[in-house]
Amino acid sequence: MLEIRNLAKSFGGVKATNDVSLDFPDGSLTAVIGPNGAGKSTFFNLITGALKPDSGQVLLDGVDLAGRSPPEIVRHGIGRAFQVASIFKSLTVQETMLAAVSADQRSSAVLHKRFPLPETRDRAEHVMELLSLASKRHRTAATLSHGDQKLLDIALALVLEPKVLLLDEPTAGMGPEERWRMIDKVRELWETQKITVVFIEHDMDIVFKIAPKIVVLCYGRILATGTPDEIRSNSAVIDAYLGTEHAGAAA
Amino acid sequence: MTELEAGRAQALLPVRSGAALQRYRDVLIALIAFAVLASLPMFTGSEALLDFVIRCSAYGLFATSLNLLVGYTGLTSFGHGMFFGLGAYSFGLIMQKLGVPIPVAFVATLAITAVIAAVIGAICVRLKDIYFAFVTLAFQMLIHSTILSWASFTGGDQGLRGGIPRPVFLGIDLANHVHLYVASCALLILGLLAMRQIAQSPFGYTLRMIRDNAARASFLGIDVWRAKLTVFVLAALFASMGGMVMALFVSGAYPEFAYWTISGEGIFINMLGGVSTFLGPMVGTVLLLLLNDTVTRFTEYHGIVLGVVILFFALGLRKGLLDFVAEWYTHRRDAGEGR
Repeated sequence: MLEIRNLAKSFGGVKATNDVSLDFPDGSLTAVIGPNGAGKSTFFNLITGALKPDSGQVLLDGVDLAGRSPPEIVRHGIGRAFQVASIFKSLTVQETMLAAVSADQRSSAVLHKRFPLPETRDRAEHVMELLSLASKRHRTAATLSHGDQKLLDIALALVLEPKVLLLDEPTAGMGPEERWRMIDKVRELWETQKITVVFIEHDMDIVFKIAPKIVVLCYGRILATGTPDEIRSNSAVIDAYLGTEHAGAAA
Repeated sequence: MTELEAGRAQALLPVRSGAALQRYRDVLIALIAFAVLASLPMFTGSEALLDFVIRCSAYGLFATSLNLLVGYTGLTSFGHGMFFGLGAYSFGLIMQKLGVPIPVAFVATLAITAVIAAVIGAICVRLKDIYFAFVTLAFQMLIHSTILSWASFTGGDQGLRGGIPRPVFLGIDLANHVHLYVASCALLILGLLAMRQIAQSPFGYTLRMIRDNAARASFLGIDVWRAKLTVFVLAALFASMGGMVMALFVSGAYPEFAYWTISGEGIFINMLGGVSTFLGPMVGTVLLLLLNDTVTRFTEYHGIVLGVVILFFALGLRKGLLDFVAEWYTHRRDAGEGR
């Protein structure tokens, strides 16, 4: 279980994350929404160690990870994918996966053996198949389509076998059809891999369709949490963010 | 076995034997190259040619080790030559002052290089891009001026004079020109083989990840600082080896070996030969030394000619020679497959 306790971070006078406390039970799927500048990405950066929180705790199964370095936090089981696909542009898909497994198995500093190590294959292969990247294994990452680069980014997080997977806008920059394909993939991963998934998403149709639980951030604070129905009818959320269209659709 | 598993096993098999095969292939190529180089004195009496190969060994080890930093890790060091000079001076001084057997001096020099590279690297690899380049350059100048000003120990601007004693060990007499030649070739081939192993190891792929995207590498649990420091020290060791070959060749060590121009030449060599292939710097070494030797014979303005050639590679081809060949080859292969 991932528990966030009173997490806070300021940039100058701006409170990007302001006293946020949240629980993500094991195996849950949660969407984080909010207007631009609501502190969604900062929230992810604080959990994953990209930023150090000013105060508060990030507890994974009771262990406080707040303020630790990204490699340490990854090793504890929190993986993440990025808003702009963060990949290794000159490596092939297969090399990327194998090297990531090497890193996870702590063999990334091995000098006397040849890459790839035999014990890294099965996991790499498994995740490539899971994300339909196996047929593109010999493609250099830079030559992949935008959607496949996003999949590769998620594959990089997933191949480390995390307990918690944080996806920062998995559908960013995609066309409508591609979006649905991607989000179906995310849902499929969540169902089959039995991991805790938290994702940031802008498309409300997607969020309301697939997320059993939604967190709304606004100006660094939690505006509301709840099921899609609760969020749709929450007056504070409607005022701040949704406008009347979705409220009307719900009614 | 399900169909999926069967397909997976099939996909895996060629890759599994591929890694082992690659290793045997590399060793085989190294053995052939060594056999060809070592038999050269039997076919030619040209001392100039053997000298040329010895210089290629010294510069080749140095330039290829620089490529571990520049090409594989994305660390553009402008001060890598300090380890070339350090190797030459440490080796020369140990031989002159302590009179130990050559292999002992060789290992001791590597140990000294490792310690100094670890200290300098610990400071430098925290910095990125141009700051890394500047600070490595600063350390290079520090070592160079130490050599110049500590004249009682290093001979100052005169260098290590009086020759480096080269006692016979294991029947090898490095004062003998052919013995020195074969030993240089052996060091070059062994050094290249070791660096090739580093480049193709899991660590080598860690370096590529850091070059492409260091932030992402750290989100995979990789300690980027430690990996950079490790490769900095490893590269320094091979540069130091190159310096030792040079010291044996000229039977001395001179401040120019530790001057920033050595680092500059290393960068030139990498630009000429290319950084995207393992042997690019080796090709660059041969090119640069050939150019140096031929151009200086015709004109005293060889710097201008060299500059024009490098501009041609940098602006014309936009890559090194072997990069160009490798790209042309892949292009042709892909076209052949009808893509």
